[in-house]
Amino acid sequence: MSKKIISMNVNGKKIEEAVEPRTLLVHFLREKMHLTGAHIGCETSHCGACTVDIDGESVKSCTCFAVQCEGSEVITVEGLAQGGVLHAVQEGFYKEHGLQCGFCTPGMLTRAYRFLQDNPNPTEEEIRSGMSGNLCRCTGYQNIVKAVQYAANKLREDAKKPVAA
Amino acid sequence: MIPPSFDYHCPKTVSEAVALLTKFGDEAKILAGGHSLLPMMKLRFAEPANLIDLNKIPELRGIKEEGGVIKIGAMTTENQILFSELLQKKIPLLPEVAKLIADPQVRNRGTIGGDIAHGDPANDHPAIAMALDAIFVLQGPNGQRKVNAVDFFHGTYMTALAEDEILVSIEVSPFAPKTGYAYHKLKRKTGDWATAAAAVVLQMSGGKVTHVAIGLTNVAPTALRASAAEKLMIGKEVTPALLDQVAESVRSICDPAEDLRGDAEYKTAMAGEMTRRAITAAMVYCK
Repeated sequence: MSKKIISMNVNGKKIEEAVEPRTLLVHFLREKMHLTGAHIGCETSHCGACTVDIDGESVKSCTCFAVQCEGSEVITVEGLAQGGVLHAVQEGFYKEHGLQCGFCTPGMLTRAYRFLQDNPNPTEEEIRSGMSGNLCRCTGYQNIVKAVQYAANKLREDAKKPVAA
Repeated sequence: MIPPSFDYHCPKTVSEAVALLTKFGDEAKILAGGHSLLPMMKLRFAEPANLIDLNKIPELRGIKEEGGVIKIGAMTTENQILFSELLQKKIPLLPEVAKLIADPQVRNRGTIGGDIAHGDPANDHPAIAMALDAIFVLQGPNGQRKVNAVDFFHGTYMTALAEDEILVSIEVSPFAPKTGYAYHKLKRKTGDWATAAAAVVLQMSGGKVTHVAIGLTNVAPTALRASAAEKLMIGKEVTPALLDQVAESVRSICDPAEDLRGDAEYKTAMAGEMTRRAITAAMVYCK
């Protein structure tokens, strides 16, 4: 049961660590990397609070071992804002009141981030099914849908703007 | 919840994986998507000393057509099935089923092979594979062998896989034109297992049934193929009276476990109803 050395890229930073094979990715991120954004909710892959992005796909980090991410690129909610500026999905949740207690929010944000890259112009129905792996017990989802719509609009507007020289 | 300790192995080829399985025997477990195994390990229902991860074996992934047969690698994920243009065109039942399995994050990890090899009657692919007359390709130290889906499931968590074998691919014939299909799954919420579900593959000619296959999910210790109900339909027009007989025949083979989704009587009744609805929905494609 020896430890394994793993290397991965977390939020753009290359890291190398020794882990026990049984270490879940969410424990690794929270306890080794001190990235406590991904939350441990149900621990059974139902609630989605632990959602992170691995190699361009949304994954529930409570149901994946850290050793499985050898060589992977991982993005957590801490990696969304750039240069002190909120990402469009974060701005959307803030503007549209897409949270109350906030526990599910990191998972919602990382999932919305990937969902909008896969589908930049979603219908409400597509947002609801795209976000169906994330549970929220406060909002009733209405404002979460609005927040994702806000972010989708903002990302499309940003894409139209000319790149500054 | 922290799983028990184990040694982690990450083979790059199927033969390496088979060699590891042969070496460790019942001390080893195969790790596919992990969405059944990891929860079981956390609860210490499974405590393998060795975990053999199939995720880095490229030959186990992908969907292709070869010699008139669709071959689906066992490690193909539910999302790859859902978005496969080849399957949407040739076996549209499979993408339709994948859409009803779990949620987007879980579909990124969960695999068709894991869903089948786990031997859980609550999983959706076993009944689908039975209804599609799928063939499973198993690989062990002495090479490959093929097993029909209907002969694969021996009991809950018990399958035809030997201790040193791996399910490597699933083979299915493409649908003939105007083949009807449907999967009706009664579930309490997104991502839940079926309370009861029925898969139907149907062909008709001159208003009469020429071929029908009915697979049932989560209403017995294994997925079921409702052969007696199918026989009632061959050569007949589909009338409300015939659907009553078929539903009755389906109910007679159900033996569900009671749980929070319902008691045995309710699940049995729902299996009949899901079958009736799936047949009705499938008929639309036969016209």
